[in-house]
Amino acid sequence: MSVTHDARVQVRPATAQRPALRGWPEINNPAAWIVAVILLIMPLIANGFFLIEIFATTLILGTMALSLMLLAGYAGMVSLMQLTIAGFAAYMVAVFGVSGNANISLGWPWWLAVPMALALATIFGTFGGALAVRTEGIYTIMITLAIGAAFYYFTNQNWAIFNGHTGINTVATPHFWGVDWRADIPFYYIVLAVAALCYFAVEYVSRAPFGLALQGVRDNPRRMAALGFNVNAHRVAAYAVASFIAALAGVLQVWNYRQISPGSVSVGACIDVLIIAVVGGITRPIGPYIGALIFVLLRTFALDFLVKIGLDGNRFRLLIGLGFLAIVFWSSDGVIGLWQRWRQSQRPAANRAGGGGRGHG
Amino acid sequence: MSKCSVGLIALTSLFLSGAAIAQEKIRVGVTATLEGTYTVLGEDGMRGHQTALNVLGKKVGDKELEFIVASTDATPDSAVRAVRKLIEQDKVQILLSPLSGDEGIAVKNFAKTHPELTFINAASGAQEATYVDPAPNFFRYNMDGAQWQVGLGKYAYETKGYRKIATVGEDYSFIYTQVFGLVLEFCGAGGQVTNRQWVPLGTKDFASVIAALPDDVDAIYLGLGGADAVNFLNQYQQAGGKAHLMGGSIMIDQTILSSKGNAKNALIGTIAASGQADTWEDPSWQKFVKAYQDAFPPNKRFPSPSLLATNYYDSTMALILALREVNGDLSNNQAKFKAALAKIEIDAPNGKIKLDANRQAIGTNFVTEVVDDGKGALFSKVVKVIPNVNQTLGYDPAVFAKIGLPSRNVPECKKY
Repeated sequence: MSVTHDARVQVRPATAQRPALRGWPEINNPAAWIVAVILLIMPLIANGFFLIEIFATTLILGTMALSLMLLAGYAGMVSLMQLTIAGFAAYMVAVFGVSGNANISLGWPWWLAVPMALALATIFGTFGGALAVRTEGIYTIMITLAIGAAFYYFTNQNWAIFNGHTGINTVATPHFWGVDWRADIPFYYIVLAVAALCYFAVEYVSRAPFGLALQGVRDNPRRMAALGFNVNAHRVAAYAVASFIAALAGVLQVWNYRQISPGSVSVGACIDVLIIAVVGGITRPIGPYIGALIFVLLRTFALDFLVKIGLDGNRFRLLIGLGFLAIVFWSSDGVIGLWQRWRQSQRPAANRAGGGGRGHG
Repeated sequence: MSKCSVGLIALTSLFLSGAAIAQEKIRVGVTATLEGTYTVLGEDGMRGHQTALNVLGKKVGDKELEFIVASTDATPDSAVRAVRKLIEQDKVQILLSPLSGDEGIAVKNFAKTHPELTFINAASGAQEATYVDPAPNFFRYNMDGAQWQVGLGKYAYETKGYRKIATVGEDYSFIYTQVFGLVLEFCGAGGQVTNRQWVPLGTKDFASVIAALPDDVDAIYLGLGGADAVNFLNQYQQAGGKAHLMGGSIMIDQTILSSKGNAKNALIGTIAASGQADTWEDPSWQKFVKAYQDAFPPNKRFPSPSLLATNYYDSTMALILALREVNGDLSNNQAKFKAALAKIEIDAPNGKIKLDANRQAIGTNFVTEVVDDGKGALFSKVVKVIPNVNQTLGYDPAVFAKIGLPSRNVPECKKY
């Protein structure tokens, strides 16, 4: 049994929509264009804090959750190690690149350290995936959670490479062409570009033969095997793609905070990525980004909000939990599901009558 | 029409006055560990901070101080995130942060990216934060973990007659610094540290740690804090542990001594060292304890302020006094304020505090012993007061540098 059955590309009756199915669905969607324009001119609207701490962080976390969405939504595999892979990439950037801990960092320039980090993290994630594909459902969750927990405790206690609980501080960020790419506005555009790239890549994969085969594997692995597809190879490949996406987000994260320490790869943080994906909805690539925005807003402002309405600020975690509970309670497929149901209820009655007639026939 | 314009003028003047008040405010960001293992410590730190505001007031000349609080969980990443939020969103000009050791190292590094602002360490005590590559705008008015252990090693060796000890500590920079101070002095006096065990911060199950404690030692040193310390003591009692105990600065502290249940009774008679002692007779300490007790109802505070409350009190005090000295002048990248902070000498409740060239506190240290007050409450009683403890612990700086930075197995157990 797969976790989600409804990550299907089309929801509407497939009559006039057929040509659009092969192309990019965003092209005919005005809302998508509006969002794209807003994201592009964001530096004009938002100041440094909102630009980086809210929007760039949302895009980074959203990209991590996107890698989980790819696995959970299209391949039916819930992996809790996506943050671990991102954290691994972040640590590798710090270890191979330049940082304040000169006894650990090798001091490579960023254009060597980053590809190395991406490659190692992808290999790491693919190996983890190769272990996990032998299992299904809850056992996949357990294996990937175990990998995440093991990595956390390892970083926490290993001082030779990971510098223990202190982590690695003052990680250098790229400077070239006379631009400090960690300055707010350039960094925002880097993050936006990477997030957009990952988003469209996932969307492309979902409609490419590989992605369709993956969804077939999700829905009926036995039939796909009978048709001659190598089920496990497809799943491992999905892990490889997802790992690369998570690794990209990890590199951005370490540049964002300029430091990495075990708290960033803790088990709680691993589960945060799952929460983000579930709250946003794992049926579409946009879901994780919506989930990430809600998560970041709650995490940043819950304390202020409680204090402002005169309550004890110490209980802000409760507010975060209640927010997520409410979303999951009202909509098992996240915010995306709420939106889709709202859209359906708004549709003209005639349209619905036709659909209903077909359904009963 | 005239009514309307009057209303408009009233409204405008309201906005203007609002703006005028906003200009006179100095915004200060505060972080404390209000989540995770050290929650109790963070909460009491904030009580100390509040006590300082009650005593000193929030006014600096004609300006008013405004404090914005952010929460962390003792991990360096949470501290950097909180500090960034305070600077970028809340536009604070001065930071009172952070509480815990590794947070301090991360915030010190972060301080370098904002040289125009001022960072006053709230309570963190890792040596590295001010000893290695210090940030010019990072000031620390509490001593580091090693300074807080001065006197303990000698007292254990000479008065208590301990010859061999083992240590159990949380696996991070602050406790390394504490064990560093202990080992230097204890081994320097001739003692032996046979075994050093390290447990991750936030450990809940100490069974294997307790099983591995050696039997052939005179005492066991505990460098734990918050929930970890209480968990350890519970399991240690259940395991029937009877060894003599020695404690680190946040182990023998009201955060543990006033915890619920019987586990804390294992600590009666434990010797420790810290930047404060609960029963010190000094009038300014007694005044501080009184102010702390008056500020909060008994069920919302500890019987006596913890080390964290004292540290937050001291750092808030330094901040306000230095600001008053320059009359709230934060112009020119706060240059005057920073200069005032660097040379201010505060008459803190736990002894006089001044800063060295690295902007690290030189202060007073206390060797203590845990006593029962007869009504079931535990306090730390003064055994010895040691004034003027500096960061190199009285060693020649060149010799001190050779010892190396505190870590799991530095320093070696020998006489330097």
